[in-house]
Amino acid sequence: MNATQEKLREEFDAYVAKDKKIEPKDWMPDGYRKTLIRQISQHAHSEVVGMLPEGNWITRAPSLQRKVILLAKVQDEAGHGLYLYSAAETLGVDRADLIDDLLSGKAKYSSIFNYPSLTWADMGAIGWLVDGSAIMNQVPLCRCSYGPYARAMTRVCREESFHQRQGYSIMMELMKGTKDQIDMAQDALNRWWWPSLMMFGPSDKNSTHSSQNMKWNIKRFSNDELRQRMVDMTVPQAELIGLKIPDPDLKWNEDTGHYDFGEIDWVEFNNVLSGNGPCNNERLEARNKAHDDGAWVREAALAYAEKKKTKE
Amino acid sequence: MNNSQLKNALLRLGDDALILGQRLAEWCGHAPALEEDIALTNISLDLIGQTQSYLSLAGSLFEEGIKSDDELAFLRSGREFQNLLLVEQPNGDFGDTIVRQFLFDAFALLRAEHIAQQSFNPEAAGIAAKAVKEIRYHFDHSSKWMVRLGDGTPESHSRVQKSLNDLWKFTGEMFISDEIDRSGLESGLLPNLEELKKEWDVKIDDILSKATLVRPEDGFMQTGGRKGIHTEAFGFMLAEMQILPRTHPGASW
Amino acid sequence: MSDKNKNWPLWEVFIRSRQGLGHKHVGSLHAADAEMAIGNARDVYTRRQEGVSIWVVPADKIIASAPEDSDALFDPANDKIYRHPTFYVLPDEVNHM
Repeated sequence: MNATQEKLREEFDAYVAKDKKIEPKDWMPDGYRKTLIRQISQHAHSEVVGMLPEGNWITRAPSLQRKVILLAKVQDEAGHGLYLYSAAETLGVDRADLIDDLLSGKAKYSSIFNYPSLTWADMGAIGWLVDGSAIMNQVPLCRCSYGPYARAMTRVCREESFHQRQGYSIMMELMKGTKDQIDMAQDALNRWWWPSLMMFGPSDKNSTHSSQNMKWNIKRFSNDELRQRMVDMTVPQAELIGLKIPDPDLKWNEDTGHYDFGEIDWVEFNNVLSGNGPCNNERLEARNKAHDDGAWVREAALAYAEKKKTKE
Repeated sequence: MNNSQLKNALLRLGDDALILGQRLAEWCGHAPALEEDIALTNISLDLIGQTQSYLSLAGSLFEEGIKSDDELAFLRSGREFQNLLLVEQPNGDFGDTIVRQFLFDAFALLRAEHIAQQSFNPEAAGIAAKAVKEIRYHFDHSSKWMVRLGDGTPESHSRVQKSLNDLWKFTGEMFISDEIDRSGLESGLLPNLEELKKEWDVKIDDILSKATLVRPEDGFMQTGGRKGIHTEAFGFMLAEMQILPRTHPGASW
Repeated sequence: MSDKNKNWPLWEVFIRSRQGLGHKHVGSLHAADAEMAIGNARDVYTRRQEGVSIWVVPADKIIASAPEDSDALFDPANDKIYRHPTFYVLPDEVNHM
């Protein structure tokens, strides 16, 4: 790093430390740009892959009202992927290249979507827990130092406020229902509880990107802080409708004012992360198929646009 | 138009919207581009919204007691559905989906415009008035894609021409009048299908010529949907759609 | 790298949220042509009644001021405080001027 670069870097750090926003054409350190591209595109990929486990149930939704709600929710996820790719593109990358990285398996997305959605109650559990964890992660990003990301996240968070509620409302309705429905709801909670806590990432002592990202105001709370918040918020919600959290170690701690909870299965976490999850292959295959099947359509639209331009 | 005829006319409107909406919902997460994914789901949402209105209105006319839109959607057997064969055709590739949509939109728009204007049944007029705005956008969307695909690349041209040729045999059913259509015409609720066909031809021919596509000859037309005689694929679609209410009778969701 | 010529170009989207307000930048999207860009903007950015009018502009047609010029462009306005009404202290009696 030469002297000018170093000076720019110092100014940048000081500027960001004052909680000011960076905009696309401003000077920024390479590391900041790379981190943002990685994080925003991973986030976008997660939204897009995240459409699959729920999209799975749209055609089987048990009422017309539930069908339109779920359809609108999954559609929002496509929108959120799009807003986020847009934000990433302001950093000088092309959406098509980012998508290529997803399709080739080079880029990561949230591991939670590599779990299967097996019953209708999973639509409840995903909305309530997975969107719940996502919102917990995302709300602080509305104040992130990079303007386009912060603005995209503001829009995402505003739209997502109904996602978690619709999930909880599915669970509520099931818990008021028949024994089969109650069992279905509890089973879904049992399967989704731990994966949704894993969404906050490795525990603070093992997290590699955290401290620099905190300094840059890309991240504002640690993984463990956010995970604790999620547990504290969710346990009473489960109890209220008669669901039991599948954690024998879970108990209220008077001294800390928080719930103590059991250890996450980090072996499973690492396995799903490294591609051994139940649906890793299916998810990527589905995305690749949609992309390949759509190639002739995208080409046709471009060819037509070109012809029209020449005619004008 | 007696009560039963009105009920059946409304069921047809609801069933057309429901079955096409359900088919389009299958695209969610699998469209050629993210933007188009959102466009197709918007159309699906409009159609299922129309379904809810038409089926609720139809459900109020059952002599044995009111039926909800959900009961009608999820607890009728295939033989009881009266949708057009066109709308139940599997999605196929994006071109098949667009052609199916285009052929139906042009028809549905003209039909809804008529229903919105009539005074025989004001509730149906209200539903149709809202639907007209929605379908106008659907037709615009599908027409533009017809032109892009038809006049795009040699590959897209031949694909979409094939889709058009394959689906054409389902267009005749839209314009066949039976007792329900005739009573609907008499009372003013439903349009004159012969007249409507002429307007449909104009719309279709206009776009096909812009799309450099050849209009297929009117050969033998497949019918049966209005009588509840559907294609084989329909049974699978219904099994998927109805699985939860059928497995858990009486449950609420 | 993907073949740039095979990708739909990028468009910036501006929405008027209601009559009486100006169009505001809301984000971007990809579309093959202007008509499609308008349609996509409607589907992507006005799903919750956010708009009554849409502008789309090819992203590469936007000309922006350079951040490094911002001192010269914008700082000279800093000391022109007499342009602001609060600069003038008037007697209470005419406070609503």
